Amino acid sequence: MINSLSLSIGITHFLVLSSLLFGIGLFGALAKRNAVMVLICIELMLNAVNINLVAFNKFVTPLAFIGQIWAIFVITVAAAEVGVGLAIIIAIYRNRLSVELDDFDWLKW
Amino acid sequence: MVEFSMTHAWLVPLLPFLAFAVIVFLTRPWKMLSALVSVGAMAAGFVISAYAAYGVFTSHSLIEKSLEYSVRWFSMPGLNIDVGVKLDPTSAMMLFMVTLVASLIQIYSIGYMRGEKGFSTFFAYMSLFGASMLLLVISSNLLEMFVAWEGVGLCSYLLIGFYNHKISAREAAKKAFVTCRIADFGLLLGMLALQIIFGTLNITELGEKIANFELYTNAATLTLVAVLVFLGPIGKSGQFPLHVWLPDAMEGPTPVSALIHAATMVVAGVYLVGRMLFMFLEVPEAQQLVAVTGAFTALFAASIALTQREIKRILAYSTISQLGYMMLALGVGSLTASMFHLWTHAFFKALMFLAAGSVLTALHHKADIWEMGGLIKKMPVTGATFAVGGLAIAGIPPFAGFWSKDEILSLTLSGGHPVLFFMAALTAFLTAFYMWRLIFLAFFGKEKPENHPQESPPVMTVPLLILAFLSLVGGLVGTPWFPFWGEWIRFGEFHHAAPDYTVMILSVILGVIGIGLAYKMYVKDVSAEQRLAERFRPVYTLLYNKYYIDEIYMWFNHTLVDGAAKAMYLFDIYVVDGIFINGIGAITRDTGSALRVFQTGRLQNYALVFFLGVLAVAVILAITGPAPAGLVWGGVR
Repeated sequence: MINSLSLSIGITHFLVLSSLLFGIGLFGALAKRNAVMVLICIELMLNAVNINLVAFNKFVTPLAFIGQIWAIFVITVAAAEVGVGLAIIIAIYRNRLSVELDDFDWLKW
Repeated sequence: MVEFSMTHAWLVPLLPFLAFAVIVFLTRPWKMLSALVSVGAMAAGFVISAYAAYGVFTSHSLIEKSLEYSVRWFSMPGLNIDVGVKLDPTSAMMLFMVTLVASLIQIYSIGYMRGEKGFSTFFAYMSLFGASMLLLVISSNLLEMFVAWEGVGLCSYLLIGFYNHKISAREAAKKAFVTCRIADFGLLLGMLALQIIFGTLNITELGEKIANFELYTNAATLTLVAVLVFLGPIGKSGQFPLHVWLPDAMEGPTPVSALIHAATMVVAGVYLVGRMLFMFLEVPEAQQLVAVTGAFTALFAASIALTQREIKRILAYSTISQLGYMMLALGVGSLTASMFHLWTHAFFKALMFLAAGSVLTALHHKADIWEMGGLIKKMPVTGATFAVGGLAIAGIPPFAGFWSKDEILSLTLSGGHPVLFFMAALTAFLTAFYMWRLIFLAFFGKEKPENHPQESPPVMTVPLLILAFLSLVGGLVGTPWFPFWGEWIRFGEFHHAAPDYTVMILSVILGVIGIGLAYKMYVKDVSAEQRLAERFRPVYTLLYNKYYIDEIYMWFNHTLVDGAAKAMYLFDIYVVDGIFINGIGAITRDTGSALRVFQTGRLQNYALVFFLGVLAVAVILAITGPAPAGLVWGGVR
């Protein structure tokens, strides 16, 4: 059993992992009230995507590195995004003394 | 000089216009200087006109083919408008008459307007009026004429409302303007139609083309066009039913009444019909309309004049009546008779208005003739000249009015219009009666002790004397034995009709009876009018209230026009504003307020919606397979 399991690690396992990770991240992004937590969850989703990219690269186009290059791009963008996101949260915190998303309803009518 | 005057006739309207500009911009503070500029310009115009008229009336070729010169005003494809001069015996006569009468009246005005506020402005307006009127006279083009036509209308408005501190003057000015505007609308439509049908507005070219109008249009259309064109003269020349503004126009200063509303401007309509007579002669129905309108107006206005009490108002109705004569003459196809009456009327009516102005000055603007009496003793010149005018208008030979009126009467009879002749003859009788009623009441009879009349200064009486002289001899240029007038001013062939002694004697008899009856009723037996009025109370009331035409118009305005306006107002408020404007706004607003509950302002809600949307797309793709994906992306590969 263990043997067959270890032998049959394929793209499906990666996709299941990334789907779970994405689902957790999505749930957190939608449900968490704390803005920092939401940012973290977005990171989770991005990394789920990265897993997908690398997995597809390995199993679908093993000779090209397109997926890996994309993954590096995503990591870069994610870093920038977190930087900007945290800066915004700090700015809002200074204004509202809160990082609760429920308080961020200025767009509301 | 004659040559120069004929080729530079455009100077005649230009000079008064320059005078207007000079007075307005330069000399307004100096009253006498302004008056001199105005009178000087008009007198210079008179000199040029006189030379030009001399030139015209000595060269026979100008009867058939007028002297024309023009410059291009503007042109568009299919529309070429020139401003130019059309000099023929008719316009030369008008130039001469207008500048002469206007000069005399402006000189008179120096005396009449002394000490009035706005003395310089008055002369500026008078100059502007002179310029417009003279431009109208020499126009070679209908559009040019229309500009001048509106110009005289504007000056009429300004001068009627000259005493603008009086509400009645302001109202009268507005009434004149609006009434004429209604008429001008017809004229403008007629001109448009002429331009569209014949492709030109030049009077001479129109004459040539309308002579063969079948090539362009049919008789019915041309009749309609002629009637539309005739609408303008109905308004301007105070023909029934648009005569209502003219009596009210007497709110203006008396020289204005004399110059604009008796001698010159109101004959512009007659002049226009005369200019376009070639068109009216082609369509008998329209010509008939002109004749009937003229005859009816003549009788109608004369009957109103019988009962009026204000001196200028009587003269105003008399003017309307005489204009009716001129229209009648045109309607029976005679340019000669019409222009002849226009010529003589200008002198005796200007004379009577100026004499009335002299009376009003002496009596401090007390206008009721029943409150005058015996004025001739204190004001011999005014009284005598007024009487000359009275004899002229009553048609007593050899005064000017006799010859022209006689010509109209005999032409109407010989043209085969017995009914119109009867109306015209009756009018002649009424005219003699009401005019001498005025004269007997105002100048004869007992003096009223409360009046302290004084003869006017020479600056006023000299123009009166000159005009009286012209009223005496002005008709001698067109007697049946010496038909100088008809030889020159005519349309078509020159007919030398034998003197019609029957008509002549009849018109003299009618005039004499009229005067005699007036003498009997207003000198011998002063209470006669009272008794007659008692006996025929309804008729008297009807006439005294001018057939209630004004009231009918007021009713019409208040019920129909205001009612329609009210309906339109409600339509505007409830349909246009209510349904279209506010309705669309309300729909947008309500939709918005229904939809705004979806805008929670919470990021996570929006993110959830994004996710659901992406999920939906993914599900659709998963179910339908890759082919519709091509559709989803619009076929982009």
